[in-house]
Amino acid sequence: MTNFSRRDLLIGSSALAAGAAFSTQVLSAAPPASAVTPALIEAAKKEGKVVWYTSVDLPLAEKVAKAFEAKFPGVAVRVERSGAERVFQRVGQEYGSNIHAADVVNSSDAAHFIVWKKGNLLEAYVPEDVAKFYPAEHKDPDGNFASFRVWVCIIAYNTNLVKKEEAPKSYADLLDPKWKGKIVKAHPGYSGTIMTATYQMQRDLGWAYFEKLAAQNIMQVQSSADPPKRLALGERAVMADGNEYNIFQIKEKDGPVEAVYATEGSPLIVGPTGIFKAAPNPNAARLFCNYSFSPECQQLIVDVGGLRSMHPQTKEKAGRTPFKDIKVMKDDPAAVEKMSDEIKQRYSKIFRV
Amino acid sequence: MTIAIPATQAPRKFGIDVSKPVLYGFAAVLCVLIVLPLSWLLIYSLTDAAGHVTLGNFYRLFTESSFYDPLVTTFIIATSSAIICCAVAAPMGWLVARTDLPFSGVIRALVTASFVTPPFLGAIAWEVLAAPNSGLLNKIFRNVTGAEQDVHLFNIYSIEGIIFVISCYTFPYVFVLVANSLDRTPGELEDASSILGGGRWYTARRVTIPLVLPALLAGALVAFLQAMTLFGSPAILALPAGFHTMTTKIWSLFQYPPKPELAAAASLPLLVLTIILLRAESMILGRRGYSVVGGKYGAPRLIPLHRLRWVAFIVCLLVLMLPVFLPYAALFNAAFSPVATTFLTFQNATLHNIEFVLFELSAASLALKNTVILGGATATVGTVIAVVIAYVTARHAVAGWRALGFLATAPIAIPGIVLGVGLFLSYTRPPFVLYGTLWILLIAFVTIALPSAYQQLQAAFRTIHPELEDASRILGATRLRSLWQITAPLLRTGVIATWCFIFVGVMRELSAAIILFTSETKVISVLIYDLNESGDLGAIAVIGIGMLIITFSVVIAVNRIPGFGTVRFRT
Repeated sequence: MTNFSRRDLLIGSSALAAGAAFSTQVLSAAPPASAVTPALIEAAKKEGKVVWYTSVDLPLAEKVAKAFEAKFPGVAVRVERSGAERVFQRVGQEYGSNIHAADVVNSSDAAHFIVWKKGNLLEAYVPEDVAKFYPAEHKDPDGNFASFRVWVCIIAYNTNLVKKEEAPKSYADLLDPKWKGKIVKAHPGYSGTIMTATYQMQRDLGWAYFEKLAAQNIMQVQSSADPPKRLALGERAVMADGNEYNIFQIKEKDGPVEAVYATEGSPLIVGPTGIFKAAPNPNAARLFCNYSFSPECQQLIVDVGGLRSMHPQTKEKAGRTPFKDIKVMKDDPAAVEKMSDEIKQRYSKIFRV
Repeated sequence: MTIAIPATQAPRKFGIDVSKPVLYGFAAVLCVLIVLPLSWLLIYSLTDAAGHVTLGNFYRLFTESSFYDPLVTTFIIATSSAIICCAVAAPMGWLVARTDLPFSGVIRALVTASFVTPPFLGAIAWEVLAAPNSGLLNKIFRNVTGAEQDVHLFNIYSIEGIIFVISCYTFPYVFVLVANSLDRTPGELEDASSILGGGRWYTARRVTIPLVLPALLAGALVAFLQAMTLFGSPAILALPAGFHTMTTKIWSLFQYPPKPELAAAASLPLLVLTIILLRAESMILGRRGYSVVGGKYGAPRLIPLHRLRWVAFIVCLLVLMLPVFLPYAALFNAAFSPVATTFLTFQNATLHNIEFVLFELSAASLALKNTVILGGATATVGTVIAVVIAYVTARHAVAGWRALGFLATAPIAIPGIVLGVGLFLSYTRPPFVLYGTLWILLIAFVTIALPSAYQQLQAAFRTIHPELEDASRILGATRLRSLWQITAPLLRTGVIATWCFIFVGVMRELSAAIILFTSETKVISVLIYDLNESGDLGAIAVIGIGMLIITFSVVIAVNRIPGFGTVRFRT
């Protein structure tokens, strides 16, 4: 198989300090900021379409696409949505066969961007908003990507099935025998959110935690967007992990769900966006990337999507726990990148799928 | 599913053998189609990641529990499904073919409906019906009995649930074999039994059932193979329950970081088992073929059921609720209610899901386009190849026709997911870099469709005696002209039926497509699978209903899927 692998790309680069990709400001090689110009819009319209590989929950991705199309008529967005780990595999498999279908990519596993950057797959492009407003720790010093979205991976429960006072407060609570057979959980082999969260949880809580959780007869689904939906259906009472933003969406439409921010801390998930160098529609890609980081789009993913934005001009929606009040676990994409194969292996050994 | 009966007429000689190049051309195409992917599978299974020759892959396969557990699970599922399918389909086939069951045409049509329903769609619909807590049937059960919240009647996420759902969409294969066999069993044999004093039930027990038993065994094998090679249903129902079957395991070995050498090694047991079972099947069918061939058949005796007629009819309908009425109702409910497992009422009905699929889901139009193109192209190419080969073998038009016939049936031994892995390994490298194009999917789908298309057309050719062509030739027509003016019109219905059969098959295909698709070449079945992984049941229901509408339009427009409610293919 001709796929590039993380291991191959790692050879000779093991000296790379953890977190370097995110935090090194020195020797910044980022190109100057690019604004949306009439010429860019014209060129994008000539291409007529943009293909967006993303792992954000599908209805939200399509809403962003529709908002973009409304603002820039004549440029159609095709959303290719799958779990971040699947998107990563898809890109690898397609590039391995010299297929360049993706224009813009957004992943919920920030480690993927380290791999793509090392593989020299990403175009350096800094949208105006990113240059002006985004904090340094949320943009690549070389301008390859920036944090399109941020959220936490949380516990939640169905309010029809669980009383507030009986709800779990921590990851440790989920090991209580009373939850046996009542927990739904997503998969790190599919979801970048869960991959990232599994890394942080095994680091902070140890693999022994997962071994005990596996004994609870969990229902294993794939996407981190799925556990919230299973809660809404009433299929399971509690979710051990899943997207905070889906819980917001469901709750604000009067769905019977409630978020729990575990006392141990909730895994912090960062979802960067970047452009591929070999993008078949390079101008439409730049336009879409630029739009992604605009206050307008960022406010949309906050209001409609329930995500957190790093754009300082966005406002948090009332009724949601403010981001600064949430105790989060520390994210570490470089470490996830090194450990991801091992995490997948250990996980499927413990949970058997 | 029709069965090859050894031809009895002597090989016929033709003048100038222009057909030789045709034979070799088709043989070469078939060889490439089948031999290339299987060779790569074998090579990969015998090498390690670094490219050295090794048996380590097989060693791991049979020593690590994460490999042999799925093997055992698959065996249990396949065996149980085969037994259930026979237990249900055989009596139903007998009722429809041999008794005065009222509305037997309706029963046949409903079996057709369960046959054309994609099994993965059925599995998702059964999630909506029988998930332990949110399933509609469990909710009804709790409402009626007042049981506690965590008490449930059904749990679809279990090995029993998978066996049940697979049986729902596999029993039609057994039904068709049994019903066809009963349709063909000559009435004289039963008459003879009656004349010699055997009562109706005695005759059924001692004459009819033994005659149909080989077909039933063959049906059991087909059901076993189907259950063993399905990917969608176990992926949808087994993974949430925390276990793998062989097909989902092979597929998971293709996830990042891909281990194609292990996937190839894991594919080979499926392949070998399939070939062994098919050998067994052909032996059984061969025997059956000889036992009833020859003589003019009288109309089969219909056994009067008297007052039991309606009881039997209602029992049949109740059974067919499981693959057809209930899942369709569940899909309808999921499509129009705000939450998939909330009961639909006039107050809560919403068009939200329809709007989402029609106006927002940007991958849908491409997937639909790809599916229709692939369906049409596969059906056309597959039918042409099948017609040529069926003609050559039915008329023994060229030397080596047996080999050609064998090559056309060989792909039946290759499970879809195994073929997918083989094709992926073959066509992601020079000289044929087809991955990423619709061609690789076309090759996969044609290969998968070829055996049954060929068998159907062969049966169609058998119904046309060569003397009609001979008469035309004697009167001075060229061979091509007699083919065009005599054979083609007679074959028309058979060809159209085969075309539709393949088209419907492409709509159902998931196991090869899941390995071979790229974002530009996604098909509807893969889109539905994607949506299932992110839990978008409402969107799946809408697309699924759309898919069923397309499928049924095609089936109804032609109304001649061989063996289902049509007499065209009875000999």
